[in-house]
Amino acid sequence: MDRSTFSIVGNSKAKNMTEKIAGILFLACGFFAVAAVIVITVYMIAKGTPALHKVGILEILFGTVWSPTSAEPSFGILYIILTSVIGTGMAVLIGVPVGVLTAVFMAEVAPPKLAGIVRPAVELLAGIPSVVYGLVGLLILNPLMYKLEMWVFKGSSTHQWTGGANLLCAVLVLAVMILPTVINISESAIRAVPRDYKMTSLALGATRIQTIFRVILPSAKSGIVTAIVLGVGRAIGEAMAICMVAGNSVNFPFPFSSVRFLTTAMVSEMAYSQGLHKEVLFTIGLVLFVFIMIINLVLNRVMKKGAEDGNKYR
Amino acid sequence: MLANKIITKDLDLYYGENHALKTVNMDIKEKAVTAFIGPSGCGKSTFLKTLNRMNDLIPSVRIEGTVTLDGEDIYSQGVDTTLLRKKIGMVFQQPNPFPMSIYDNVAYGPRIHGIKHKAQLDEIVEKSLRSAAIFDEVKDRMKKSALGLSGGQQQRLCIARALAVEPEVLLMDEPTSALDPISTLKIEDLMAELKSEYTVVIVTHNMQQAARISDYTAFFLVGEMVEFNTTDEIFARPKDKRTEDYITGRFG
Amino acid sequence: MGTNTVSLYTKRRRLSDGILTALIYLCASLAICLVAGIVGYVVVRGVRSVNWTFLTTVQSSKNNTFGIAGNLLNTLYIIVITLLIATPLGIGAAIYLNEYAKPGKLVRMIEFTTETLSGIPSIIFGMFGMVFFGTTLHLGFSILTGALTLTLLILPLITRNTQEALRTVPDSYRNGALGIGATKWYMIRTILLPSAMPGIITGVILAIGRIVGESAALIFTAGSGYILPKSLFGAFHKILESGGTLTIQMYLRMTNAKYDDAFGIALVLLIIVLGINCLTKFLTKRFDVTRLDERRGKQKRVKTKVSK
Repeated sequence: MDRSTFSIVGNSKAKNMTEKIAGILFLACGFFAVAAVIVITVYMIAKGTPALHKVGILEILFGTVWSPTSAEPSFGILYIILTSVIGTGMAVLIGVPVGVLTAVFMAEVAPPKLAGIVRPAVELLAGIPSVVYGLVGLLILNPLMYKLEMWVFKGSSTHQWTGGANLLCAVLVLAVMILPTVINISESAIRAVPRDYKMTSLALGATRIQTIFRVILPSAKSGIVTAIVLGVGRAIGEAMAICMVAGNSVNFPFPFSSVRFLTTAMVSEMAYSQGLHKEVLFTIGLVLFVFIMIINLVLNRVMKKGAEDGNKYR
Repeated sequence: MLANKIITKDLDLYYGENHALKTVNMDIKEKAVTAFIGPSGCGKSTFLKTLNRMNDLIPSVRIEGTVTLDGEDIYSQGVDTTLLRKKIGMVFQQPNPFPMSIYDNVAYGPRIHGIKHKAQLDEIVEKSLRSAAIFDEVKDRMKKSALGLSGGQQQRLCIARALAVEPEVLLMDEPTSALDPISTLKIEDLMAELKSEYTVVIVTHNMQQAARISDYTAFFLVGEMVEFNTTDEIFARPKDKRTEDYITGRFG
Repeated sequence: MGTNTVSLYTKRRRLSDGILTALIYLCASLAICLVAGIVGYVVVRGVRSVNWTFLTTVQSSKNNTFGIAGNLLNTLYIIVITLLIATPLGIGAAIYLNEYAKPGKLVRMIEFTTETLSGIPSIIFGMFGMVFFGTTLHLGFSILTGALTLTLLILPLITRNTQEALRTVPDSYRNGALGIGATKWYMIRTILLPSAMPGIITGVILAIGRIVGESAALIFTAGSGYILPKSLFGAFHKILESGGTLTIQMYLRMTNAKYDDAFGIALVLLIIVLGINCLTKFLTKRFDVTRLDERRGKQKRVKTKVSK
């Protein structure tokens, strides 16, 4: 290269061009997620609202009769919403304590070797496809639940028999499915608690168990709340695993009733629905979407607050 | 002459292969302040932690010899370490309040030892905070987070928390090393008051502090207890050459 | 409390401690039993169905046989197409967030939407994919529609893993390359991406796991076709045809009460999941080792500098 003529001022336009294009392409990639969320939101609203106008918001959201294909169709989805809310609540009520205690086991109680057995098991639990949970639930849980149902409602003449496919069954499947999420997030939250707290508590004469439940878990609170919120999100959005085991008829969500969730309503009817019926299914999708967005906002809040609390300690 | 509270006999401690404490024999007197001095890594903190068995939490530690509290061997089988640690409280180097309210921090100990009655807890909390000379500063914000206090206040809160379980002995591991001079002074004054009721054992890297506040002083060097005597004797007439060198600042 | 009278040897009973310890052990063993139970049940019931015909043929009512070859192929198609689209997008987004963007509103917005995307349930993606890719873009029920839908689903996974990997690349690498006059894009291409590769690959493998197990997002987008292509043209055209993955076929067999077939597919799925878990574990272990070496290398360089 001729050194004397070498200038640092813009000698290579092609190089600059490549740089610029690369920068713009990366920016576009970054914006893809933003665009995707906007488009999804717009579509969900555009597809979900027409039925609200045609049928009426109150009739859809607070109606209790779901008979979309009858001569005089009725599109009340209150029971479907309630099923999702109550089912998710019950699943979290079962799954979270079990998950948090398992996390305590792995982080605080178990010798490393034993924790080394539980961890891959939890990872496998997370990897099992929804449909497999559905299949196992259908063939193991349903018969057991049927026996329980027969025992509980022995001689009852008013009970509507479900053959074991009921809310309780779906709740148990959901509780198992949120376990890996709850365990993983709680475990890292517990591990992030400063060791000082543990030492101090022990030095005050607390036992290991007292230390875990009175200092470590309260200190890991924001992480555990995150785990709960993520668990709620996972449970309310699950479709395939529970559509086999929940019985799939629209009823008020009593434990032994055959029920339909927001998600299972979409899975089971989308294929044959037409016209207004299909539009109402999109409204159901919109309701679920609104729930998920609320959960996302709560999650954002919780994580931000957790980060602030962490900073305050440091 | 004061009575002996804690007596260690031929105490050896190993971290794996490392011989960290070598045949320590010491009589710690009741209701007095005993200070451990020595350069970093000399074993003074390790020795302090053998007195309430905090070293048990480290898997590779092995201990030989005996430590007795009021005549009972604290390392014999059947000793409930939670009871031991209730009798022998500890304050750490870094102020480390729990992320809870000031009240809950102090009430933590009494609660784990089974006190549930609100009035009784209130009484203990106030008494402990007064003993730690911090009550007036926090009485209006008992329900606020303890993490909002200054470093010196946090350390006095930690002392109050340790006092709330009504220990007989208070171990303090360099309690002022993370604090500013004024907070340090406050805690030193506090120790002088505490010894009327408690047996206080303090580890310090600050010789002047040991001279100011303690009645007895032990000098440690590489795992060995070189000399142990009344503070006046140690500082005025050290018997061992190494103690003299350390006190006069020739090393360490 | 009369502390002086209490001996250290006093036995204090702690009923609550005992109960809580028992509960902790109970929960942990419950997790293990669940996994063992589910896996064991699937293996026992599935192993009879899995044989050569099962793996290499498609469903045939004439021979009255069932096979999953078509579904295996569809799954493979969807994995490949989804990754072809999502991997560059995800890596690009991560590079933008880590290397180009200045911290601020824009970054927060991209990160928030990425987080949101990972929280949206599969069934919503399924509905959206059906109306957007299927109807609006006229792709119908096809493997391409399914793959595009899954792209949205796995994008956050790849973005986040790449970001993590980029964060572990020490700044000295960047400065070193830029300091000798490399352009930013050249530095990214030759220094950053190779260093971050193990992390990126881990993300891709996790994404494969997600795709293999996915069902709700595919049932209304990719459809349920199971026929094998008969010619080279057919192999290409297949992208625009309906194609059900293993999970979809499993769901359909289940709803038709063909439980033995369903368990056979479940077993195949479990084996794939187990393989993916082992692979990620292996990779993360190796990843840590290489990072350690890098740190050692860095220290060495610093030392030689000092000695000069």
